[in-house]
Amino acid sequence: MPSLPDVLAAIILAALTAYVLLGGADFGGGVWDLLASGPRKTRQRDLIAHAIGPVWEANHVWLILAIVLLFTAFPRAFATIAVGLHMPLTLMLIGIVLRGSAFVFQSYGGGGGRVFATASLVTPILLGVCVGAIVSGTVWFGVRDGPFVTSFVRSWFTPFGFAVGIFTLACFAFLAAVYLTVESKDVELREDFRQRAMAAGATVVAMAVIGLAVFPQAPPVNAGVVALTAAAAAAAFGSLWRRRYQRARIAAAAQVALIVWGWGIAQYPYLLPPDLTIAAAAAPRITLELALIAVVAGAVVLFPSLYYLMRVFKGRSESLE
Amino acid sequence: MSDVLAARSQMAVSLAFHIIFAVIGIAMPVLMVLAERRWQRTRDPVYLDLAKRWARGTAILFAVGAVSGTVLSFELGLLWPRFMELAGPIIGMPFSLEGFAFFTEAIFLGVYLYGWEKVSARAHLLAGVLVAVSGAASGIFVVIANAWMNTPTGFTLTNGAFSSIDPIAAMATPAAFPQTLHMTLAAYAATGLGVAGIHAFLLLRNRTSAFHRAAFSIGLAVGAPAAVLQPIAGDIAARYVARRQPVKLAAMEALYETRAGAPITIGPGIKIPYALSLLAFHDPHAVVQGLDAVPRDEWPNVPLVHVSFDVMVALGTYIALVGLWAGWLAVRKRDFATHRRFLWVLVIAAPCGFLALEAGWMVTELGRQPWVIFGVLKTADAVTPMPGLMVPFTAITLLYCALGVIVARLLARFIVRSPRT
Repeated sequence: MPSLPDVLAAIILAALTAYVLLGGADFGGGVWDLLASGPRKTRQRDLIAHAIGPVWEANHVWLILAIVLLFTAFPRAFATIAVGLHMPLTLMLIGIVLRGSAFVFQSYGGGGGRVFATASLVTPILLGVCVGAIVSGTVWFGVRDGPFVTSFVRSWFTPFGFAVGIFTLACFAFLAAVYLTVESKDVELREDFRQRAMAAGATVVAMAVIGLAVFPQAPPVNAGVVALTAAAAAAAFGSLWRRRYQRARIAAAAQVALIVWGWGIAQYPYLLPPDLTIAAAAAPRITLELALIAVVAGAVVLFPSLYYLMRVFKGRSESLE
Repeated sequence: MSDVLAARSQMAVSLAFHIIFAVIGIAMPVLMVLAERRWQRTRDPVYLDLAKRWARGTAILFAVGAVSGTVLSFELGLLWPRFMELAGPIIGMPFSLEGFAFFTEAIFLGVYLYGWEKVSARAHLLAGVLVAVSGAASGIFVVIANAWMNTPTGFTLTNGAFSSIDPIAAMATPAAFPQTLHMTLAAYAATGLGVAGIHAFLLLRNRTSAFHRAAFSIGLAVGAPAAVLQPIAGDIAARYVARRQPVKLAAMEALYETRAGAPITIGPGIKIPYALSLLAFHDPHAVVQGLDAVPRDEWPNVPLVHVSFDVMVALGTYIALVGLWAGWLAVRKRDFATHRRFLWVLVIAAPCGFLALEAGWMVTELGRQPWVIFGVLKTADAVTPMPGLMVPFTAITLLYCALGVIVARLLARFIVRSPRT
């Protein structure tokens, strides 16, 4: 029987996974908007806007949910992260504001396409930088009394952090390209995104292999998870190769979800390595119980609504009007 | 500028900016749904056009509200980590519930905005109703968290740490009812009269437009009743402040000395005898606690709180009177749209609700200082150790100024402009 704090930590990781799989793909869409090229440049951009439009706000809320549950259930971890990662988090927020507002301005004819695309590129890198700092334990520099640079810059500004950041961006771009193959009935557009998906997928695999070998800060990843991730990656690649796009979508999502859970399992039982465990960071039991009740009650409302949203807009591939 | 002041300023700018979009996100769905319902009943295409244009406007405003709300949920920790470490387990509950309500709102707004041709007419209207309900619910949950900072309950304080905490008791904090009632009404009053005022201006220029006439009447139907009810909610709020946060009341009314039969001071010099005792306790001879009851270093910024309060009351009174006039004209079945003087009065009322709302939040937030959790934790003790907070404050301020300008221009271009006939 897992402990109550473990259950809540797992729920937060699940919310973060949903954010990566859904919201992450929306950022990835912005990357492909920036990299739109060839004779179908405009049609690529239209497809991306069409795919993101109805769902990006709902996808974005997973991040808010993860943050709110983090400060409810693990207040000390939230405070430590907020101090040590003040700078990248503030920059990430500016990226989130610019991405979201520029996208909606663009959708309603107000311009801002370049800002949307650029912010989509920068924001995932900063998110990854923050994850890198948590994994490698440098987030704690912020709470120690030291010179400014040590406490608030070296806590996150590391080669490892940026490697995780670029890896995050590659994962998001990979997800977006795979999902976009399902969004269009247009064979040429599907080919465009199939090629992009394979290139991004190869980048993800290469970065994972090199990163785990090169960086001593990388956590010891469970061999079983690695095997499963590799299998999912192979399935995604094979499905793309044979143009089985629905299957490729599931495999790619599984691959990236396994990467997130591989990270979670690797640093268990620590919430913030090297010192703070999930149990030690947990709020009093009554708070955790109520948070769990709120999550269950919320899920009862949320999942049917989400299912409905996805059925209305993502049920089958449609041609662009 | 000290780091604490920079952090407070950043929080103030972030809240002041977000709150505009938040209240519009709460109230606009009601207007959209009313327009769509009228279209379904009358099949008058003006109402469909209106519902669609309002939906587009709401999409822009909701997106900016969503991202600026995300900024706030992080800023709670980025600027006030000690506060969140202490308060997170207690007020996390309303924030979590708000998260789910906001989720529901975002999902059904997606259905509403992009689903005109994809779902049935009834499902579409229902999506709009769900957006309106979950929008109001998420606003209420967030205000409950703020209410707890004013009247913290549901814990025992020992040596600066909370023990035996009770998040349910914390949500039932005494300030919760008066604050949520006051704020929810404010959202409908400000947005409804804001819309009515804009279309009143356009009606003055184009008297025959059926479009502006329809928009004006729906805005007024939502805004006027809320504006008329607001003074009652304000009275409930003031009486709770008098009992639970007497220092805040003393600052609001610039009452320096504790006294029976306290007067109301308007601006710097005008005094109305007995009025404060009467308003705060419904008894002209009641004793009202003055600022002298607490040490000088526990006073809020009295002039700022006092002026903000007077501004809120003045603007609120104005829009309540406008609401009453609208009711009187409705009873006499007068045509609003040809009543020039009434239209001008509404044009002036358009920004008043929003300004009153901002002034009201100045009162409640500045009036709580120097505390972040009233009587428990001082704001200066909650701030992050991060130096140089002027930098993020400046960045966020510039960002929001730019966004505000762009949003205003977009709305003017796409939403307000008269449809070509």
